[in-house]
Amino acid sequence: MNKILQLILIDIFRNRVVIAYTILLALACWSIFFLEDSGNKALVTMLNLELLVIPLISILFSTIYIYNSSEFIELLLSQPIKRSQIWISLFFGLVICLLAAYIVAIIPPLLLFGYIQNALWILLGGILITVIFISIGFLISIQQRDKAKGIGTSLLVWLFFALLFDGLVLFILFQFGDYPIEKPMVLVSMLSPIDLLRIMNLMQLDASAMMGYTGAIFQQYFGSTLGTLVTLFVLVLWALIPFLISLRIFKRKDL
Amino acid sequence: MIQIEHVYKQFGKMEVLHDIKLTLGKGQAIALIGPNGCGKTTLLKSILRMVIPTKGNIFFEGNDIASTGDHYREKIGYMPQIGRYPDNMKIGQVIETIQSLRSNVLKLDEDLIDNYHLKQLYHKRMSTLSGGTRQKVSAVLSFLFNPTVLILDEPTAGLDPIAAEILKEKILSARQEGKLILITSHLLAELDELISEVIFMQDGSVKFHKSVEVLKDQVGHQSLSKAISHFLKEGAA
Repeated sequence: MNKILQLILIDIFRNRVVIAYTILLALACWSIFFLEDSGNKALVTMLNLELLVIPLISILFSTIYIYNSSEFIELLLSQPIKRSQIWISLFFGLVICLLAAYIVAIIPPLLLFGYIQNALWILLGGILITVIFISIGFLISIQQRDKAKGIGTSLLVWLFFALLFDGLVLFILFQFGDYPIEKPMVLVSMLSPIDLLRIMNLMQLDASAMMGYTGAIFQQYFGSTLGTLVTLFVLVLWALIPFLISLRIFKRKDL
Repeated sequence: MIQIEHVYKQFGKMEVLHDIKLTLGKGQAIALIGPNGCGKTTLLKSILRMVIPTKGNIFFEGNDIASTGDHYREKIGYMPQIGRYPDNMKIGQVIETIQSLRSNVLKLDEDLIDNYHLKQLYHKRMSTLSGGTRQKVSAVLSFLFNPTVLILDEPTAGLDPIAAEILKEKILSARQEGKLILITSHLLAELDELISEVIFMQDGSVKFHKSVEVLKDQVGHQSLSKAISHFLKEGAA
């Protein structure tokens, strides 16, 4: 295995934040499953929690980790090591660790309660949202030299996608309700990975009553299979593009 | 060995390097001098590709470093002005980490580790070290892999006199082995014994590149430091 990735993995797995995150997720998952009696309801609750917590932890942890590794990055750069290798190793290190935490936390209760078949989409969603927000974290930390500003930006980005965006969509819908704006709204929804994931999952769970306003339009417009494929494709783009932009910047950065 | 051709570097609107042309050959020990902020460190970092020039090319053993890939740095030992290391790592871990990344180098040069008695400090965390001890770690890392080129940015700043003397002797022996050595320093007196050539930089451009003998002849001073301070004053005026 790649030596740098190995070093980074050892370093992150020793980090207390990752351990705390695993325990927190596991606790949340167990308590939801104990409290909710119907399977689908429990899964939707879990989905909502997942879409709030995972983006926050992923974006904050990756941003802070990059800032704290700046010395390590500098040390490596004076060695005969490719720049892209350093950046890609950091990315995979974070992705592997946070995904491992997520899977370790969430699989046992899912198995025990027998929800695992219905939860496959939620699992996929959790994995995608982790990668997407790590990727955004990389872009923020490379663009912002100052650590405090970088962390602030991360929080704002999270706030925007997790809470403000759906509200904004709702507001636009109410304001322009008299016009045929459904099709443009579908495009607008693509601008938020969290909303996209919510739509994708709720389509699968067939819980259209609980869909946000954006979700309702989506289902109407796409129908289930095509809608899912398109959302998946857009989500993968969300995971790749911010990281690739950050990689481009990192390759040409002056230190 | 290293050829720098028309290199420019701009940070935003500020021009830091202006049309640098230099040829640095094997066996030379070159002092890079000039007032603060004249672009010395930027030039050194450009050779390492830690800074990427806006324009121009740098060739290492005939290959353009922009396209040849990063393995050319295997032959360069770099000692930064201020070494930054991960706070939570111990000295031993830092050295082992770098060693594990460069396991292809068979013969390690551990002279400095021994002379600085660094093994006794291996368990200390980097965050607890004094500036001088950090410098020692940087020095050890730059010499460890038997590089053919040494780039030393203010190597003795912060070192105690004994440690500085040890480093100077190491530099001298490296010079005798025919390595190319690039040093920046403000301590002109200590450069005297070390170097064979002088590059004088000001405001991002090279004012001259001369051998020590020529320089001494020209100015008529016997000691190099006097000759150089002559130029520094003239440059400032």
